[in-house]
Amino acid sequence: MSNLFDFALTAKLLGLPFVVSALVVAAVLGLLAGVLGPLIVSRNMAFSVHGTSELALTGGAGALLLGWDVGNGALAGAVVAALVLGLLSRRSADYDSVIGVVLAFGLGLGVLMLWLYKGRAANKFGLLTGQIVGQDFASVALLSVCAVVVLGLLAFLYRPLLFASVDPEVAKARGVPTTALAIVFAVMVGAATALGVRTVGSLLVLSLMVTPAAAACRITASPLKATLLAIAFAEVSAVGGIVLSLAPGTPVSAFVTAISFLIYLVCWAVSRVRRRVA
Amino acid sequence: MIELNGASQMTSSTPAVSLAGARLAYGDRVLWDGLDLDVAPGEFVAVLGPNGSGKTSLMRVLLGQQKLTAGTVRIAGAAPGRGNRSIGYIPQQKAIDPTVAVRGRDLVGLGYDGHRWGLGFSDMRERRRQVDRVLEAVGATGYANRPVGLLSGGEQQRLRVAQALVGDPTVLLCDEPLLSLDLAHQRAVSALIDAHRRESGSAVLFVTHEINPVLPLVDRVVYLVDGRFRVGPPEQVMTSATLSELYGTEIAVVRVRGQIHIVGAHSDLCEDGSHHADELVEH
Repeated sequence: MSNLFDFALTAKLLGLPFVVSALVVAAVLGLLAGVLGPLIVSRNMAFSVHGTSELALTGGAGALLLGWDVGNGALAGAVVAALVLGLLSRRSADYDSVIGVVLAFGLGLGVLMLWLYKGRAANKFGLLTGQIVGQDFASVALLSVCAVVVLGLLAFLYRPLLFASVDPEVAKARGVPTTALAIVFAVMVGAATALGVRTVGSLLVLSLMVTPAAAACRITASPLKATLLAIAFAEVSAVGGIVLSLAPGTPVSAFVTAISFLIYLVCWAVSRVRRRVA
Repeated sequence: MIELNGASQMTSSTPAVSLAGARLAYGDRVLWDGLDLDVAPGEFVAVLGPNGSGKTSLMRVLLGQQKLTAGTVRIAGAAPGRGNRSIGYIPQQKAIDPTVAVRGRDLVGLGYDGHRWGLGFSDMRERRRQVDRVLEAVGATGYANRPVGLLSGGEQQRLRVAQALVGDPTVLLCDEPLLSLDLAHQRAVSALIDAHRRESGSAVLFVTHEINPVLPLVDRVVYLVDGRFRVGPPEQVMTSATLSELYGTEIAVVRVRGQIHIVGAHSDLCEDGSHHADELVEH
């Protein structure tokens, strides 16, 4: 940690190709998280994002054990989890407990598979807390393709999705297919979460998917402004976190979570002051 | 433009809502059977009845969320499918989560184009114009930019009316829109709905357990009780004789200063109090 303010070292590391690709990954991830985040927050899906990311870890651990690509494994795990959680009605009373049940089992399975894996220990740790090394061309390409698909789909679905998220009853009466949208959205979130798992780790994916959007929703009620702010907050957290972690060589997630939490605290304070003034 | 539109609808002979021999049953339990009802454009029809009599189910049938067991139904010139754009819908007032990032104007805007795919950049100007028009009409311009969750129940319900009106519906379905509002807001909201149907000639179907706030506006009443029903003008249906027959027990209808009070056998006649939650059984 004593190297935190070693700017010369940071500058030198920033020139390395793997760092550059990590920054690209972080930037794409920030964009995805920022765009999806406000919808996740209005749909009260924070806990299900957490569950999805734990199951992305299970998928990644399984892939690691079987010698498959970890990224694809995480993606598969997250999408399966998202489908299962998406098929449950989020209004049902036992929704949270079902997530808890599925999450706990998946995590246990993941831990078992990581224990069975006899390869490099850093690979295991990386799934939990993220790693910036190993963002090779293939993973950057996978992320970019997923990002383009998710963003394109979101642009197409945006208005009905927002309608179904903030006003489900009237949306349904107006013919918006709310159930189908819930499943599609859960899969989109699952894909984005799985991609986040590789960089910031499964334990801390919430810091990118939820915290920036929750902070943005504290200070604005306009869906457009909330989305733009969430993107900005997520970019600052993701890219800033990586840059700060370079010199001390700490796990990326420590700084990503610290920055996003700080932003949230500031936004919370602003909303408190505003409400007192109003 | 609105008046012309309304006038042409008024003269057209097709009813806005038409039920013929409609039957709705869940297993052995028949909510209503043989229901014939034609609602003319511009007509204001109140749907009354105790809890569990099938008021909300009737609304669900008209919205295409529930199939009739028998009979036919047409609404706004079509079979009820999901998402007929000529239907406006006003739900019960329900508190909106204050953390949801959405302003009054966004809620109304979703009524305008929330069902459409894509981002809708090409239509932004017209959207804004229409949203501003209805916000002004319901007197919600002053708080249109504030988070919906921080508004009062009455303010939220005005926005609901604006949201339903922004699409210029030919049929307005209102499911207990006055529930949990105070008297002043009940009057204001029902006056807004009434003003719209007079201007545009849209038909109004108004589910309520409390007729008094809308009594001066109502053309006809559909009164549902335990599978029996009566359709007609309030002065014919809301009488001691008719309601006694419907309920199968002695009921007294008392008119006091233009209001109707029902004094009867069971306490669940439900002309006051809030107990709509019981109707969830029907879903």
